[in-house]
Amino acid sequence: MTRTGSWRPTLARRSFIELPARERSRAILDEGTFRELLGPFDRLMSPWLPRQGIVPQSDDGVVVARGEIDGRAAVVLAVESAFQGGSIGEVGGSKMAGALELALRDYDDGRPVRPVILFETGGVRLQEANLGLAVIAELNAAVSALRPVVPVVGVSAGMVGCFGGMGITAGLCSYLILTRQARLGLNGPQVIEQEAGVEEFDSEDRALIYAVDGGEQRFEMGVADALVDDDASLVRDTVRAAFSLGVPEVHRSQEFGRYGELVERAASSPPTDPASLRTSWGRSEVSQRLADAVQEIEETPA
Amino acid sequence: MESLSFSFETELSAERRVHVGVVGSGDLEVLLEPREEGGAEVSVLTSVDGYEHVWSRVLDRFFSRRPLGGRYEIRDFGATPGVVSLRLAQAAAEAS
Amino acid sequence: MSRGRTWMKALAGDAVEAPVPSVLCADGEVDGCTARFLAVVPDPESPFQRARNGELGLREAWTLARLVREAAESDLSGSRRAIVAVVDLPGQAYGRLEETAALHLALAAASDAYATARLAGHPVVALIVGEALSGGFLAHGFQANRILALDDPGVTVHAMHEEAAARVTMRTVADLRRLADSVPPLAFDAATWASLGMCEPLIGGVDVEDPGPDDVRTVRQRLAASISEARDSPRDLSVRLASEGARENRQASIAVRAKLAEQWG
Repeated sequence: MTRTGSWRPTLARRSFIELPARERSRAILDEGTFRELLGPFDRLMSPWLPRQGIVPQSDDGVVVARGEIDGRAAVVLAVESAFQGGSIGEVGGSKMAGALELALRDYDDGRPVRPVILFETGGVRLQEANLGLAVIAELNAAVSALRPVVPVVGVSAGMVGCFGGMGITAGLCSYLILTRQARLGLNGPQVIEQEAGVEEFDSEDRALIYAVDGGEQRFEMGVADALVDDDASLVRDTVRAAFSLGVPEVHRSQEFGRYGELVERAASSPPTDPASLRTSWGRSEVSQRLADAVQEIEETPA
Repeated sequence: MESLSFSFETELSAERRVHVGVVGSGDLEVLLEPREEGGAEVSVLTSVDGYEHVWSRVLDRFFSRRPLGGRYEIRDFGATPGVVSLRLAQAAAEAS
Repeated sequence: MSRGRTWMKALAGDAVEAPVPSVLCADGEVDGCTARFLAVVPDPESPFQRARNGELGLREAWTLARLVREAAESDLSGSRRAIVAVVDLPGQAYGRLEETAALHLALAAASDAYATARLAGHPVVALIVGEALSGGFLAHGFQANRILALDDPGVTVHAMHEEAAARVTMRTVADLRRLADSVPPLAFDAATWASLGMCEPLIGGVDVEDPGPDDVRTVRQRLAASISEARDSPRDLSVRLASEGARENRQASIAVRAKLAEQWG
């Protein structure tokens, strides 16, 4: 198999993309172990949206769920893209950063917790601007602190994908799992068009968007480690497989030598077709091991 | 953005707390919790002003069919009466 | 001349080098202790056409990542030098090449380099002398133990340029400015940003564009104090939520953490 696919008959598949954040978190965790923290009934909502005439949501668009992955303690952070485009506000971002801070505290106490982040977000919630930015900085700080000792696994499935400051967070993950429908970048197409004009990036050109930011492109150029079909069980198994590989020896974002050179080459001979990076950059070093680990999990009777 | 409240007399009561929906465009979330005192208290926070009479009608119809007491908290982002009814029915089904 | 360049020269004089034209690096000192100063500056000739005005682009981000990591690695045995991020950035580079070549990863590299240095015990201090915008600031400056900023109209912090933010939120710029009065996180100015509790008291009374010896002395004193404080404090970012500003304007951030700890199990 050259990509992480599934032999499972089509009828048995359950779409991961169609699941809201809460159900996605449940799907990732071992069955029966899902326990939500700061859920809707805790009513920790945005203090900033009502002042602007915007109706807040009871969980501020982020689900934090404890549970287990392969019997080991885990925490899943999931962004709900249906609320304000999955944008990150003070409360939602603090839920994520705070959860990872507690995961680190548990690790220090000898009780590691496996963190998973489900990215479906455009980044900072502009209605909270500087606090959205601040909480993403705190989240990134927590990921940087955790990833040397516990792999931080990220997933983006679509249909919003992962952009803005959260693109940085995705870049920090130890392992990143994408579907073909996902898109990953720093500046979304509309933002680039706004800042640099339609010649620079036509935000209505769907083919261009997927050619640059699409899950398959990101996987083939090595900035994501697995490309999975839209199937909840498969996503879950790929997450499990990622944890089984342990902390990577070197994180992608540490390789300034290699990438420093690759980007200089990209500037001196700009790729007319982003697909050319699939040859010059190539898949990530772990992608084959990860695919093998997924296959092993899938072939093991439950 | 508008805040509305309504009360209804009910025979039955929600047996558990339930959360349905999402505050997305054209949708709403409903939080339903059991209430000791009996009856239903409904609070609505909606992004669309001036539709109190429509909320009243939709809620009247819901409670005449499913008189389920409890504390209802609705946060709405421009849902149609049809979607509101759907979410209320979902909540009621899960709470009884 | 860019403020970043002005202040690099003011603080580190002859020690300033340009490993690439758009990144200045100086191994200077603060209060007798070694400090590596870093800034991103404009390079009108850059082959990265969308990163010629001092934005944090691919080249700048990977270069910063290298310079910060090298500073941390070379200090493994000795005392941990301070790292000072001089911040004057109109944001990250907005371009097709940048997205194609994974700018999100480059910014992650810079962010992580600073965070890792901080976690290893290097005092990381950000000095905002101009704009601190969005992803650029996330990667260069916002991972610091302590943040200093000059009290000046040209010192602004935000998640997106005003015009773009207005378009995306479907309001006018005038609307946004009015909203900022009652919604502090929306404001651009340094004083309101400082009220959110993430930085030290603003440094006032300093000529930002053309600093004289007194101005430089003032800033160096503040740097020294922050570096010293950082050395004696936790290496995480918890100080940001312990401030008066946080207690006033970030109650939700504090409440969320308290409740998470309660429910964690």
